[in-house]
Amino acid sequence: MNGPIRRVAFVSMLMTLALLVNLCVGYLMRSDSLNAHPQNRRVTDAAFAQDRGAIMVGNTAIAETVPSKDQFKFQRRYPQNELYAPITGYFTYLFGASELEQTYGSQLSGSDSSQFVNRLIDLATGAKPKGASVQTTLVAKAQRAAAQALGDKKGAVVALNAKTGAVLAMVSSPSFDPNDLATHDLADSQKAWNALTKDSAKPMSNRATREIFPPGSTFKVVVAAAALEAGYEPDSVLDTSSYRLPGTNVTFNTTCGNSQTLRRALATSCNSAFARLGVKLGADALREQAEKFGFGTRPLSDIASVASRFPDEIDEPQTGLASIGGFEVAATPLQMAMVAAAVRNDGVVMQPYLVESVRSADLQVLSQTRPSQLRLATSSSNAAKLRQMMVEVVTGGTGWRAQVPGVTVGGKTGTANSDNVRTPYAWFIAWADDPDVAVCVFVQDAEMEATDVAGGRVAAPIAKAVIEALR
Amino acid sequence: MGEVVVFRKRRGVELVMLIMAMGLATGAYLLVNLNIGGELPDGWYWGVGIYALIGIAAHAVIRWRIPYADPLLFPLVYLLNGIGLAMIQRLDLGTNPVMHSAELQLTWTAIAVAVFAAVLFLLKDHHVLQRFPYLTFLAGMLILMMPLLPVIGFENHGARIWIKIGPYSFQPAELAKIVLTIAFASYLVEKREVLALAGARVLGIDLPRPRDLGPISIMWLASLAVLIYQKDLGTSLLFFGLFVMMLYVATERPSWPILGTLLFSGGAFLGWLTYSHVQTRVSAWLDPFAHWDQNYQIIQGQFGMAWGGLFGTGWGLGRPNLTPLAKNDFIAAALGEELGVAGLMAIMVIYGVIVMRGLRTALTATEPFSKLLAAGLSFVFGLQVFAILGGVTRLLPLTGLTTPFISQGGSSLIANYAMLGLLMVVTHRVRRPAPTAEEPLQSLAHDTTQVIAVPSRPADPRPGPDFDRTPISADEPTAAVPTPSGANEPTAAIPTPPGPDEPTTAIPAPSGPDEPTSAIPTPSGPDEPTAAIPTGIDDPRPGGRLP
Repeated sequence: MNGPIRRVAFVSMLMTLALLVNLCVGYLMRSDSLNAHPQNRRVTDAAFAQDRGAIMVGNTAIAETVPSKDQFKFQRRYPQNELYAPITGYFTYLFGASELEQTYGSQLSGSDSSQFVNRLIDLATGAKPKGASVQTTLVAKAQRAAAQALGDKKGAVVALNAKTGAVLAMVSSPSFDPNDLATHDLADSQKAWNALTKDSAKPMSNRATREIFPPGSTFKVVVAAAALEAGYEPDSVLDTSSYRLPGTNVTFNTTCGNSQTLRRALATSCNSAFARLGVKLGADALREQAEKFGFGTRPLSDIASVASRFPDEIDEPQTGLASIGGFEVAATPLQMAMVAAAVRNDGVVMQPYLVESVRSADLQVLSQTRPSQLRLATSSSNAAKLRQMMVEVVTGGTGWRAQVPGVTVGGKTGTANSDNVRTPYAWFIAWADDPDVAVCVFVQDAEMEATDVAGGRVAAPIAKAVIEALR
Repeated sequence: MGEVVVFRKRRGVELVMLIMAMGLATGAYLLVNLNIGGELPDGWYWGVGIYALIGIAAHAVIRWRIPYADPLLFPLVYLLNGIGLAMIQRLDLGTNPVMHSAELQLTWTAIAVAVFAAVLFLLKDHHVLQRFPYLTFLAGMLILMMPLLPVIGFENHGARIWIKIGPYSFQPAELAKIVLTIAFASYLVEKREVLALAGARVLGIDLPRPRDLGPISIMWLASLAVLIYQKDLGTSLLFFGLFVMMLYVATERPSWPILGTLLFSGGAFLGWLTYSHVQTRVSAWLDPFAHWDQNYQIIQGQFGMAWGGLFGTGWGLGRPNLTPLAKNDFIAAALGEELGVAGLMAIMVIYGVIVMRGLRTALTATEPFSKLLAAGLSFVFGLQVFAILGGVTRLLPLTGLTTPFISQGGSSLIANYAMLGLLMVVTHRVRRPAPTAEEPLQSLAHDTTQVIAVPSRPADPRPGPDFDRTPISADEPTAAVPTPSGANEPTAAIPTPPGPDEPTTAIPAPSGPDEPTSAIPTPSGPDEPTAAIPTGIDDPRPGGRLP
């Protein structure tokens, strides 16, 4: 009987071996995906119970972690409530995290691979692990000024450092209070979530980066850039008489005489002139120019953002509409700020960024963002011509309300009134030479007649306030 | 006949191992409390003290009643028991309000060890169990099928393998595995020659004669009934696997396990084709995430083990309470979470060592009943561990069996300790040096029967016969020298039971192959008549070695 018993022993050993090998294989093959599973409460709870690093504006925390006496030990707090919510996002138990809280989640929680050494040291010394802090590029003064100037109006304000692409201010209104979601009272959190998601004003959607709107006449800057690239000069004379879109009954009645220079046409935001000019340049030239400014790409990786678009399928009359920022042309306020910044920055489009650096709990710099070039929009000389033209918009055109004493400001107003149902969108894009910034103001409810002056009347003063705050 | 090996008692080794095991378990218990509460609970020493006391008491009984029992089995089992207690305590502390099932489990441990001791006291010689094979079989099958009865049987988490009497629930399979192992062993001792007869030869394998297929058919149908009506693959596999394995050991015919594997796979496949609950089990095994709610338990178990990683979160620092039924079916997942892959592997290896010690006893035993019983008990234990740990780690479809000695539950503990008692009685009987009667051993070597000589196997690695050496005593000299008076037990008149284990002490005996057959023609003891037949009964191969 011993032969069979030996074989049985062999089989038993194989069974043990199978268990051991299976366990190892399971560990190697499945662990990562299991730990990354969104419904894995062990992982989400652990992240929630961690001493998460702060998100900083200057020397002030806009998201911080304070000790809490309940089961999670730590509570996430947003001292400025609504003001920075579009940038920090929320960090919740039930709904995960968003924006910087999400994209920099592993650094904030201290689990990023760059913090491996810190974790080892914490393990060795017995110190409680602490997450890294994220330093944003925002400027508190500008952010407050933008929010104040925008007030209760639905809209967004973006200010960029024209030379580097650093985001100096980013306001979206209406906003939400992330504290309501981050509370450990999960019933309250759920209630706040329900209210926010049902709100038709979409308070949790960052209008500056996550939604695209027809840019209206601010898009004429792009058309003007395309014209300059095609050989036009600021003083080239354009036919500004009434223009009927080819093959349609749609006519742009002239508001600016029968002929004007490109410079004046931009300053007065002459629709008939730009529609005709756009059709003449062709949709491809316009699209190419728009893409050179950054259309078609998601410009910001730090928080959720969408690409602005210039339609692919477009015929002549539609091109005419697109030339004045209508039809299916749509852009984020961030994208339009980038257009202004590129004009100021000799035609170079800089990659916008929100995070200056990430520092470990012992203030060691883990990563530092270096400004980088995204695109080249126009030649340096054409950028200079565009600057002159945009200055004229402010000194002697629709954007006069953005004048700041002692500062050269160039701008362009815009009012999107492509349909008559909704109240017009008011836009204003601007740049200044001192400080070297670009601003885009977008007001969703201009609450006035759909006239082209809405951008100048509603949006330009907000841009002025931001520029002044940044001085 | 090889040289006779005299085993040492090794009770000192057992004590040291036991103390180490209890130290590990106590450390686990203390770590659990320190890591969760930051301090030891009031009266913590009571728990530790009672646990230690039970262990020492069991050791004392072993020392007294079965001094030659295998020294590793009890410490290993008691370590698993202690780890289980610590983990149950940990899971108690993870609930709100705190539960007290660890105290209850400690009480059950005391009762189970008492049952273990009772087995050692009552069962002096396991051969008494051999008497009524058919009645034992009937009893075993009845116990196994008890969950199918109305009223007392009930279904829990998709498997009807439980009975409930009053507030107590019980898995009859735990008891049935012991009873049926005894039944198979006694039955096969009687019938093995018949069952070994060859029938038709197919593909180089001698098939059994069709008329001998009765027993295996009955067991096959029983296992299918378990699979289909009790809805548990593990239990089904357990009993069919046990029977086929014992049939193979008894008859030495490879055709039996081949036939058995084919029958079982075929049956399981048919069950999968026909019954939706079998398909549910299989899909939960292959792709648990397809049905989140239905497979919540196995998914949480997976999350837990992934969260634990290689070395675990540490005692008390994981979240095993997120897994439903973590104290029973999924205690292995809880251990995997807090002790990591490394810790769970260590536990698997402990189980493996227990199985190997049991099978080693089967190898050492000299007569078929002990061989079959030891091999059967060890193998069925190994199969159970394989089924449940394999289920939790997704090697196999999940089964509702308990994790022996670790998971919560008094009945399971009692049954497994009773099984351990039985196995240790066998190891004691097998390893015990049997003092020969009357004649001094020296004369045995010159016995005329030995001159006829058993052919030596060239491959035998053991030292050849040494007729001149006197027996060397081991650490307990009194036990190792076979005294003519038969000091230990009245049944000790059999020839020295040899074995391949620990060849420290060679008593001069005729040489031979390594099969420890009882080929010494000396007068037999009254209790074990089989051992006295000079024609090596457990080696029925053609051309037996003795005339």
